[in-house]
Amino acid sequence: MTNRNITFMTAINEAMAQAMRKDENVILIGTDVAGGAEVDHLVHDDGRYDDAFGGVFGLSKGLVTEFGRERVIDTPIAEHGYFSAAVGAAATGLRPIAELMFNDFVGFALDPILNQGAKMRYMFGGKAKIPLTVRTVHGAGAGAAAQHSQTLYGMFGAIPGVKVVVPSNPYDAKGLMLAAIEEDNLVVFSEDKMLYGMKGDVPEDYYTIEIGKANVVRSGEELTIVAIGKMVQVAEEVANILAKDDISTEVIDLRTVAPWDQETVLESVKKTGRLIVIDESNPHNNTATDIASVVADQAFDYLDGPIKTVCAPNTPVPFATNLEQAYIPNAAKVLKVAEELIVDLKKEPMI
Amino acid sequence: MNKETALWIYQKMNEIRYFEDEVHRTFGKGLIPGFVHLYAGEEAVATGVMALLENDDYITSTHRGHGHAIAKGCDINGMMAEIMGKKDGLGGGKGGSMHVADVDKGMLGANGIVGGGFGLAAGAALSIKTKGLDNVAVCFFGDGASNEGTFHEGLNLASILDLPVIFVCENNQFGEGTPFRYASASETVAERAPAYNMPGIRVDGMDVEAVYNATKEAIERAKAGQGPTLIECDTYRQYGHFEGDEQKYKTEDDPNRDRDPIPEFREKAIKNGWMTGKEADKIEQEAKKTIEEAVAFAEASPLPDEETLYTDIFA
Repeated sequence: MTNRNITFMTAINEAMAQAMRKDENVILIGTDVAGGAEVDHLVHDDGRYDDAFGGVFGLSKGLVTEFGRERVIDTPIAEHGYFSAAVGAAATGLRPIAELMFNDFVGFALDPILNQGAKMRYMFGGKAKIPLTVRTVHGAGAGAAAQHSQTLYGMFGAIPGVKVVVPSNPYDAKGLMLAAIEEDNLVVFSEDKMLYGMKGDVPEDYYTIEIGKANVVRSGEELTIVAIGKMVQVAEEVANILAKDDISTEVIDLRTVAPWDQETVLESVKKTGRLIVIDESNPHNNTATDIASVVADQAFDYLDGPIKTVCAPNTPVPFATNLEQAYIPNAAKVLKVAEELIVDLKKEPMI
Repeated sequence: MNKETALWIYQKMNEIRYFEDEVHRTFGKGLIPGFVHLYAGEEAVATGVMALLENDDYITSTHRGHGHAIAKGCDINGMMAEIMGKKDGLGGGKGGSMHVADVDKGMLGANGIVGGGFGLAAGAALSIKTKGLDNVAVCFFGDGASNEGTFHEGLNLASILDLPVIFVCENNQFGEGTPFRYASASETVAERAPAYNMPGIRVDGMDVEAVYNATKEAIERAKAGQGPTLIECDTYRQYGHFEGDEQKYKTEDDPNRDRDPIPEFREKAIKNGWMTGKEADKIEQEAKKTIEEAVAFAEASPLPDEETLYTDIFA
C-alpha cells in the first residue's frame, strides 16, 4: 500500500474509520461528532446521513455517512452523562471512542474517568475491562483563550488505570489511535489542535504503534531532549541549531505520557549526561517534573548538570496573540537553558 | 406474581436482612474496615425489581448496594469476604462494601459516588441497544442522588436515545442526614420524569408487589423500544446512613418508619396462597444459615496477598 501525504486530522479520521470497519463494537460518541441530528435536509435519499460538523474541528467528517447514527452518536452537551455512558458501554461489550471537545471541559467529565472507568477493574478484582478511548484536544496557539487551550494530559496521566498518549505527527497519530482503540483499557488520546493541519506521510494500511514506548527521533551523544506532542518540533529545531556548534543532541518523542517510557529516557540520559524536558503543561506537578524526578532518582550519577524543564508559565493561557506566544515554550527558551547545560562542551558562544 | 417468584423474593429478602444484620454486628466488633451503608428496610425494592431480571440484564447500584448485589445473584460468601477485605472476596478484597460487583452477573458495581450510576446504566443500555439484545439495564439510586446534576444528564440522554433503561429511585427519606423534603424542590422524584418525556411512577416501596408490577410494565416498555421509565419507591432505611451514624435526623413521624417489608410480604404471600407459613419458616431458617456460612467463609478467608496491591490496574 502507498504512503500519502495527509494531515494529522485526516490520519486520525482514517484510523477511526478503519477501526470501525474492523470491529462493529467500535462507536464514536460525543457532542457534534456528526452534528445535525434529525435535520431532514441532511438525510440523503438512500437514508445515509450528512454531518453538520463532523466534530467541532471537522475531524470526524464523513464517519456518520459511512457508519450511521447508531454508531456515530451525537449527544446533548452533557459531558458527564455521555462519558459515564461511554464507560458503562465499555464495561458491557462496546469499544467506544468518546470525544471531549476540549480537555478544559474535563471538569464536567471527570468522575466517569477518575472514579468509574479508571478504577472499576481494580475494585472488581480484575473482573471488568474498560476498552474506552477518550479523544480530547489540548494546547495553546489558536487564540482560544484560557478555557479552550490548556494542556492537561499530565492530569489524566496522574490517575492510576489511565493510559495517555500524545501524538506529535500524522504517522504517529494514526498508529497510536488504532493502538488506543485496540486497548482493553481507558486510554486518553490527547491531540494538540495546532498540529491538526500538519502534513506527513501516512500508510494507507492499518497499523498500530506500541503504547508505552517512546520514539528516539534523532540520535545524539551529548544532550537529551525529551519532548511531548507539538514540542517535538521545538526539540528538533533546537537540535538543528546546536548541531551547528557541533553539539550532538538526542531527541526523544515521548509518544505516551502515561505510563511513560522510563527505559528509553534513562538509557539516553545515561549516555548523554544532560536532560531537557519540554512540556507545554503548566510548570508544576506535570509530566516534565515527573520525568525529572525519576531521572534524578535513577540516573543521578550519570548527570553532568541539572535536569532542566521548559514548560508554560504558571498562568492560565492568555488571549492576546503576543501574550499567548510568550506562554508557549519555543526554541529560544529551550536554547537558553541548553546554554547552561552545554557550557563545558562549547568552544564558542552560541548566540 | 406466581408462587415460584414469591418464594424467590421471600428468600432474597431474608438473605439481605440477615446479611445486613450480620454486617452490623460484625462492624460493631471491629472486623470491617472503612465505611458501611446498610440496606435493611429497603428489601422490597431490590427483590421486587430483580425478580424480573435475567442474568444478562444489567444493574448499577449505590453505596448502599449489598441488597442489590444479593438479589442480582452475586455470591454471598464472596460478598461477605469482600466486605471484610479478604482474599476470597468478589474483588479480591480490593473494593470493599462500596464496590461490591460481579460483571458476569450483570452487577456493574455498588458505587461510592452518589449519582455515579445514571450514565453507567445508560451506557449498559446503549450496549444492549447497539448489539440488538433483548435486555434491560436498571439504575438504582437514592433520593440524595436525584439532586445531582448527573440525574438530569443521565435521564435526558437515555430518553433522547430511547435506551432500554429503568431508573429506580429508592427514596428512603434522607440523603445522608438531610431530609429529602428539604433537599428537593419537587415534592417527589417521580414528578420530574415527564420533563424527560418518560413515565414517572411513585409506588409504595415497602410493598414488593407494587414494585414488581411497576417494574414489569417498565421492562415491557423498554423492550418494546419505548425508552426509559422512572420508578420512585417510597421506603425507609432501618439503620443510619452509615454504621456509627447516631441518626439524630430521624423522627417519630418519618414515613414508613413503623413498617417492615419482610413481615408485610410474608403475610401477603400467605394470604394470596403464594407461600405457606411452613415454607416461610423454612426460608427464614435457610437464609439465616446461608449468612452464618458466609460469615464463617469470610472469617476463614486469608488476607489478600500483598502483591495484589499492584495487579488489576490494566487488562
